[in-house]
Amino acid sequence: MSAPPPCAYITAMAVFSTLTAYANPKRFLDLSRRIQPWLGGATALLLAVGFYWSLFISPADYQQGQSVKIMFVHVPAAWLSMFAYACLAGASITGLVWKHPLADQAAKAAAPLGAAFTFLALLTGSLWGKPMWGTYWEWDARLTSELIMLFVYLGYIALWDAIEDPNRAARAAAVLAIVGAVNLPIIHFSVDWWNTLHQPSSILRSGGPSIDSSFLWPLAIMALGYQLLFFWLWLLRIRTEILKRRARTLMLMRGAQL
Amino acid sequence: MSPMRAVLRRDIALAFRSGGGAFLATAFFATVAALVPLGVGADLPLLGRIAGGVLWVAAALSALLSLDRLFQADFEDGSLDIIALAPLSLEATVTAKMLAHWITTGLPLTLVSPVLGLLFNLPVEGYGALVLSLAIGTPALSAIGTIGAALTLSVRRGGLILALIVLPLITPAIIFGSGAVLAAVQDTGTAAFLFLGAFSLGAVALSPFAAAAAVRLNLAG
Amino acid sequence: MSAFFAMGGYGAYVWPSYAISVAVLAAIVAVSVRQHARATALVRRLEREEPGDAS
Repeated sequence: MSAPPPCAYITAMAVFSTLTAYANPKRFLDLSRRIQPWLGGATALLLAVGFYWSLFISPADYQQGQSVKIMFVHVPAAWLSMFAYACLAGASITGLVWKHPLADQAAKAAAPLGAAFTFLALLTGSLWGKPMWGTYWEWDARLTSELIMLFVYLGYIALWDAIEDPNRAARAAAVLAIVGAVNLPIIHFSVDWWNTLHQPSSILRSGGPSIDSSFLWPLAIMALGYQLLFFWLWLLRIRTEILKRRARTLMLMRGAQL
Repeated sequence: MSPMRAVLRRDIALAFRSGGGAFLATAFFATVAALVPLGVGADLPLLGRIAGGVLWVAAALSALLSLDRLFQADFEDGSLDIIALAPLSLEATVTAKMLAHWITTGLPLTLVSPVLGLLFNLPVEGYGALVLSLAIGTPALSAIGTIGAALTLSVRRGGLILALIVLPLITPAIIFGSGAVLAAVQDTGTAAFLFLGAFSLGAVALSPFAAAAAVRLNLAG
Repeated sequence: MSAFFAMGGYGAYVWPSYAISVAVLAAIVAVSVRQHARATALVRRLEREEPGDAS
């Protein structure tokens, strides 16, 4: 479940352009500082309801039994692993093409979040696989492309860390992000093709076993909770990056004065 | 065309004079491939089944080997600045370097692969597919590798990051390449070749732009 | 109650999934909040030390 579908890119671009209508970092800081508590409250509420509903209320599946509960933490994580990449790529394009002052920080801030959600998707997918397939790891198309996605995130983060000059690092990382955005759907397709070559079908296949509404509600609430948590974290991390840049500038100025 | 040819000839000459060029990549390719039977056991039917996959993975690793010097040496001694100032567009320069990399790695790997197929007990039907798939697919390795090399050209000891960046991006080549060999052995059609060709063409066509952008951003203040 | 924790025999997979998810999300929230607090403190200190700077 790894190639961000076009809708993910479009959503990310829309969200991002709304956010960055506040092009001035200071205005962005003001606005995000005001949004942050509301966003945090909504996230906490949704996640509390979501966890309660999925653990205590939602019934067992007639085929998968209680193991179906893993779906409520697996699917949102997998969705966000793609969504975060779409955000990262959208921010990277904005940064390269329009030289937007916030875009570099936004791309950098999204990467660790994406990697964390990818990691969660892999781990919960593997824990779901054990009772379903009998092994913790099946070379299932979705898990495999999720794994490659994790490597793409790690490469991206490593490139940021490796280049010292932040402007140069931002541009290099942006080029890599765009190359990755072009390549990820191809990787996903190739892994899918490879899977039909080597393996029969699996439970995590898209569409999957048709979902009953008693599962759909908790899943939707969890997905929305994860989504809002991502935005909350993303905003916070962008603010942190802006502050770090500011600190760097101040220190450089001090160095120049000495 | 002639300044491009000059860059190409210069890079090939450099590759051959420093570090053995084509010889190094093929020797590495053969060594990696030879380690596999030592690791999994000399089970000839098993080796015959995995031959295409192992040789493709070994080819990908060998292509990575010389990538980190593709721009870095020129960057460090300043010749990259001079090349960038030349009338030749950076995209063309990068394409020439990409081609030079393929001629010193992908091409020799393709040529020696049947010998290694023999060591792996590859069924007779697989040899044509092995050579053809490597011939079609290794340009994609050089192309995507060139992007990685251009991105990390200013990173000291960038080889490891280069590998981390490039390897996930070339998985389609490995999947379709080894899939093509497998399909030839099992006689299940040529779809893999078409996918591999499409991937390779796309990679070769697009990566000069990405790599040139990466070189430019590294040269700019 | 114990039936609830057993999760119909799948407790060994369901509970770790939830525990790890909560732990990872909590960890990334904690790390992000701490990094932000540190960056804020650093910028404040730098700005206090050099009041003459344009901002």
